[in-house]
Amino acid sequence: MTKSLTPLSREDKASPWVKVQDGVVKYGFLAVTILLFAYFALTEPAFATTASIFAMLKFASVTAILGLGMTFAMVVGGMDMSIGSQAGLAVQMAAMTMVFYNLTGGTAIAVVLVVGLVVGLVNACLIVLCKIPDLLATLAMMFVLQGVKLIPVSGQSVSAGMVLRDGSVAPGKFTAAFLQIDRGTVGPIPVPVLIMLVLAVATWFLLSRTKWGRLMYAVGANPEAARLSGVRVGYYRGLAYVLCSLFASVGGLILVSRIGQGDVSAGSSSLLEAVAVALVGTSVLGAGKPNAWGTLLGALLVGIVLTGLTMKGFQYYYQDTAKGLVLLVALLFSYTMSRKKVRYSPAT
Amino acid sequence: MKSEPQYALELRGIEKSFGSNAVLKGVALALPSGQITALLGANGAGKSTLIKILAGAYQRDGGEILVGGTPVEITSPLSAASNGIQTVHQRIDESIVPGLTVAENLLFEELVQGGLPPVGGLRKLLPRARATADALGLGWSDAKLRLDVFELGIADAQLLVLARALVKKPKVLVLDEPTSTLSQAETDRLFDVITELRDQGVAILYVSHRLSEIQLLADRLVVLRDGQVKDRQSAPLDMNQAVRSMLGEQVLVETEQTGRRRSDRVALRLRGVQLLKRSTPIDLDLNYGEVTGVVGLLGAGKSELARGIFGADPFRTGTITLDERPYAPRRTSDAVRAGIYLVPEDRVAEAMLPGWSLTRTVSLPFMGRVSPLGVINRRAERKRATAVIEDFNVVTTGPDQPVDALSGGNQQKAVVGRWMSGQPRTIILDEPFRGVDIGARRDISGKAREAAAAGACVVVLSSDVEEIREVADRILVMVEGQIALDRSATDVDAETIMTSMSEAR
Repeated sequence: MTKSLTPLSREDKASPWVKVQDGVVKYGFLAVTILLFAYFALTEPAFATTASIFAMLKFASVTAILGLGMTFAMVVGGMDMSIGSQAGLAVQMAAMTMVFYNLTGGTAIAVVLVVGLVVGLVNACLIVLCKIPDLLATLAMMFVLQGVKLIPVSGQSVSAGMVLRDGSVAPGKFTAAFLQIDRGTVGPIPVPVLIMLVLAVATWFLLSRTKWGRLMYAVGANPEAARLSGVRVGYYRGLAYVLCSLFASVGGLILVSRIGQGDVSAGSSSLLEAVAVALVGTSVLGAGKPNAWGTLLGALLVGIVLTGLTMKGFQYYYQDTAKGLVLLVALLFSYTMSRKKVRYSPAT
Repeated sequence: MKSEPQYALELRGIEKSFGSNAVLKGVALALPSGQITALLGANGAGKSTLIKILAGAYQRDGGEILVGGTPVEITSPLSAASNGIQTVHQRIDESIVPGLTVAENLLFEELVQGGLPPVGGLRKLLPRARATADALGLGWSDAKLRLDVFELGIADAQLLVLARALVKKPKVLVLDEPTSTLSQAETDRLFDVITELRDQGVAILYVSHRLSEIQLLADRLVVLRDGQVKDRQSAPLDMNQAVRSMLGEQVLVETEQTGRRRSDRVALRLRGVQLLKRSTPIDLDLNYGEVTGVVGLLGAGKSELARGIFGADPFRTGTITLDERPYAPRRTSDAVRAGIYLVPEDRVAEAMLPGWSLTRTVSLPFMGRVSPLGVINRRAERKRATAVIEDFNVVTTGPDQPVDALSGGNQQKAVVGRWMSGQPRTIILDEPFRGVDIGARRDISGKAREAAAAGACVVVLSSDVEEIREVADRILVMVEGQIALDRSATDVDAETIMTSMSEAR
């Protein structure tokens, strides 16, 4: 039969377009990031200076760190809706430790991390032991935390020299060392940028090079198959939420060091940003699944866009629209154009 | 003029490729009205693709489809239906709508297309639904028709899907392994329906791996291999010839009852274990160094036995000892650590991770062994996968190929192989031959026997007597959560097993 030759030639005809499509999906987002960067660099002389770039990276660091935390939750097939209010809680806890109790910055960091760990464990218990769907459990947690942090401070922002409930003046203030978290540099590199990079590398290593990361992906891909392969599904789901909370706490620490007071509204916009950059990350390099580099690149892109727009004279109220459009473009890449099935769909 | 038989459906030179992989290479197939044509083929032969083209799920790349002698285009499931072609797929969960009642599911197409009054509720549907069900001889009560479709057993759901396909009086009916989840009685009932449909003049394409069914039902058969038709027969059918065409060069060896051995070294001692909700607890010893075949109908408690030992669904009552020491697995990781493995029944839902490469799939249960200090040694991981591929002759482009891209038989080999690569002390294979071609079946049962010869306790669960007789040293018949028969494979015949399986308790 000579007919058997035809299917091959048919494939050859189809391949150029398919290749273009795959290429767009794989490198499109990277290309968009570079093009935008080039555009802003060429049209705004102040944009591509070292100072501006570090400022931009510093600005993106909190979003990136929360996004990395969210990446863990998304790897196991969930989402942590309480991530923003956890960052806000961290802000409040750090401020209270130093301002109300006059303790050191080191103590504040320890308190924040312990509180983050506890919140993460509570989330994990609600999801794994109480079997509440993760979106709902963390949504409830979001409200609880938003309220809880207001109670000890009577709904007020915590700042040095504030008058306490009993009429006395708060004894402490933000220590100089603590403020260096945001303001300090190592060589030319700002500390928050360094923390962001270290955490990104750690996340990448954990997720793609260790068995714990592999098993988290397994849990996210098919929990029943993972369980029947001997994987302790509950343990790894819980671990993801604990890691997510710890990252949220670190993000909160940088945030509070930056604003220098226990702002009650701090972290409120972080949830959507963290979700957005982690989702953007799923489309980077055609990964089709949440991953560390993608999330980092997503945060950088958002940083580039916001800095660029600000330099172009756009007011702050354009920012949310810009972030939303970035997310939308990313989703078009990974869901509409990709021939590969996306591994993350928040169906719960 | 030559008197050609009138074909209800004719396919000419059908071609289909996925990427560079040509799956169908000019398939010609003609289905005469009032006859049952069986379609045979090993996994990966192109059967599923052909069926999906007929169902409108895939588009052909080349060739012609003629319905009643007129060329047609089948571009969607809807256009397949309007050309009088109905397909009943193997996976029923894709064809039923959970949350709706049985009656609503039966009349689903009419519901959607607005052929029924939008108001009036269930009561108005019931008479129609009952008539539809009765046409198939189901005799379902109104109470049953009111159930949520999820409360139906798998067998009833299968019949429901078939009934729904018949609502539109198709000229061509495609049945894709319709009996794979049915018990004998249910299969018999289905065969009655199929034969009656044939007598009414429906052209039926019957796809199955079960040769006995084909022998019983089919008027003609077509064998597909490597995307081409390799054999066509009209009654009387020569099954031996058909199997030869299906397997190609391979020589068909008769199942021999030699080389069977028994052992008395007990691996697992189950005492007072209750398998089903209302069944009497049983005692059972499973031995090292032999293959224990457990045969029973659907719902006899085979999977419950397997999942209990594996810790996936711990037993309600009773105790287990492993090597004379207490063994109470609370989760699957306990079992894996003890060297007790399970290859679950539903490969896609329970063993495969979408998009995962062969390497990752193979190493998943043994991540600890390929990742000292938690860091994955990727070379060791790949080596493991390569070893499984070679050992089990998995047909693949390499260890990085996603498992979903393999054919069913090769997926199963990979899944069985990954557990075999972990030096099992006890390995339970739940329906390992379901949806698997004869070649893969031989490979898998061969490996099971090898593992037992090397000293492992091997347990194979199946509802197919022949499969069990082919692989087992010791045969257990399970009926409603009880052991109805326990013999050496050498001193029990198929007839005795069948009788025992169908015994009422």
